[in-house]
Amino acid sequence: MPDVTVLASSGDQMVAEAFRQANPDVLPVYPITPQTIIVEEFDKFVAQGKVHTEFVPVESEHSAMAAAIGASAAGARTVTATASQGLAYMWEELYVAAGMRLPIVMANANRALSAPINIHGDHSDIMGCRDTGWIMYFAENAQEAYDDTLMAFRVAEHPDVMLPVATTLDGFITSHALERCELLDDETVAAFVGEYKPERSLLDTDNPNSFGMFANLGNFYMETKLAMRKAMEGSLDIIKSVGKEFEAVSGRPFEVVKTYGTEDAERVIVVMGSSIGNVRHVAKQLRAKGEKVGVVGLRVFRPFPSNELVAALKDAKAIAVMDRCETVGGQGGPLWQETAAALQSVGITTPTRDYMYGLGGADVTVQLIEEIFEDLKTLEADKAAGKVADVTYKGNR
Amino acid sequence: MSWDYSGNEQWTWDQIPLGAMTLEGGTATGHKTGDWRVQRPIWHTDKCKQCLICWMHCPDSSIKVSEQKMCGVDYEHCKGCGVCVQVCPFNALSMMSEKDARELDEKEAN
Amino acid sequence: MAELTEIRWHARAGQGAVTASRLVAETAMDDGQYMQAMPEYGAERQGAPLKAYTRISPDPIEIHNNILHPDIVVVLDDTLLEVVNVCEGLKPNGTLIVNTRMTGDEVREATRAAADVKIATVDASDIAINTIGRDIPNTPIAGALAKVTGVIDVESLKKYVERSFTGKFSDKVIAGNLASVDRAYEEVHV
Repeated sequence: MPDVTVLASSGDQMVAEAFRQANPDVLPVYPITPQTIIVEEFDKFVAQGKVHTEFVPVESEHSAMAAAIGASAAGARTVTATASQGLAYMWEELYVAAGMRLPIVMANANRALSAPINIHGDHSDIMGCRDTGWIMYFAENAQEAYDDTLMAFRVAEHPDVMLPVATTLDGFITSHALERCELLDDETVAAFVGEYKPERSLLDTDNPNSFGMFANLGNFYMETKLAMRKAMEGSLDIIKSVGKEFEAVSGRPFEVVKTYGTEDAERVIVVMGSSIGNVRHVAKQLRAKGEKVGVVGLRVFRPFPSNELVAALKDAKAIAVMDRCETVGGQGGPLWQETAAALQSVGITTPTRDYMYGLGGADVTVQLIEEIFEDLKTLEADKAAGKVADVTYKGNR
Repeated sequence: MSWDYSGNEQWTWDQIPLGAMTLEGGTATGHKTGDWRVQRPIWHTDKCKQCLICWMHCPDSSIKVSEQKMCGVDYEHCKGCGVCVQVCPFNALSMMSEKDARELDEKEAN
Repeated sequence: MAELTEIRWHARAGQGAVTASRLVAETAMDDGQYMQAMPEYGAERQGAPLKAYTRISPDPIEIHNNILHPDIVVVLDDTLLEVVNVCEGLKPNGTLIVNTRMTGDEVREATRAAADVKIATVDASDIAINTIGRDIPNTPIAGALAKVTGVIDVESLKKYVERSFTGKFSDKVIAGNLASVDRAYEEVHV
């Protein structure tokens, strides 16, 4: 059995610990709130000689990802961390990392995007990258941020996957709050994570090869994208099997879609990140009063776990989706769009409604969640009467 | 050369190397670009001072060098851009249309 | 404690409310409880009123929002009573602990606390000056909290203070902090 240390830790600190235990070869980074603690703590590990990592302070996040791409192509286990404007600034490089099939692991402390300037938690930044070809985990708490980061190495570096992975934690709510966490011992983690042995790398001079090739009109581009789609789709099974393996090591259950009460729930909320716990907290109180409510929380957003989501929602009578990211002018938030498409693809016509909440770190109160569950009681009739919009703001003035 | 990429234009998505990688060094050698040419550089050995400025400037590594001396143009890869002609200080290279050059070649052969 | 306990801290930035929220949380964790501690982020200007939060529960804590309906409110600076409604959202039969020289009745009047609110006062600043040598009321007030609410054990608190301060502070400072906990534990008025 692994040796477990119980400690009071923020999510950022736990990610730094996971990075330390994975002992990456290279960490290029540019600091930004609320990710800063990750690199501050990791920098200490470098200074203390606890890792062999080459720590590369760069002049921008764009350069951080460019350096990560170079390092990963050279065969190094490469990690970085960012948030908000930093992630936005990396955007074009994120496509390069994924297209070149480089297993970079990046932690993102999910934060709002300007303007107005706001340093607090929402999903605007990470959702802007949802189609870049990165696998995406959403941690509910500091413990999951640690667990997801460790699993990320196994998934990213799996020969059948070879895609970058973003492990995300909600800014401040998870990144900074102190919680009771469990740290596995270094040997157990080292054995679980393993060593990264790339099949091909730039520094393998005996087997020279080129990365980042030119794919001319009609030549390889579509085929390469299709290969990425296949790898991403196939990664779901690997995410699950790595999750089960981690479950055996840590004793903590892993599901790509976490459900509560869905076996008999009539009204269900779909949600991601730190708010899953808030909704479950409220659902427990309501179920104690006999109300048939349930919660579906996604731990993985890319690849989108469509089948698992549908299985969890198939018996619901009314579904609310909580989105923490505006898609101004769109039909609804990203989670609602995916959920609606997943349901539609199998012919489920249960009424759904998208709730925009918690933008710029707006508090996710018990009352707000109770109101959503209450709304669902009359959703079908309200929709039929044309009384509700597809996108509804909650918690605003 | 051991990587067989013949017929790569027909490869399907699952036959292309991961991330469209090229699995060998120096594969440009096998990529003959000489047939892109409309004009070709002609080397005039009498005027050449062996300064190798053409070799330095050629973007396609098509100036052949042996024993540190210019020894001709690699027409299998030369795209006929004419940079060598522009940079030669001694007019030891000049452009000729492919059509004329081929006729000249045929005459010489006969 | 059978259930989730929620504590809200009021202070001015720089008075150690965030440290206090963690001190209490980590003490509870040492005794096998689950916990959360976080400031309300944003107010990082010295002297600005700020809030911090502690949650303690025997079961894993799932909720991750600001505490709007605390069981316990702790105020580290009584000048805040005039500018902040410290009793806002305080649960019925809740507890209000204030670092002050005022009497309980004076605090009740100043805060317009409901009749069911249990009010405790302690001059934690004076205790801190006399034991630690500086006006850092956060350690002693945790001792008062232990006495008044029982949400943490005072001996566990002292053990935690000793362990977490060792190596960072001198023996004198550690001894002063431990003495401040004892004194506040004894001197708090309910």
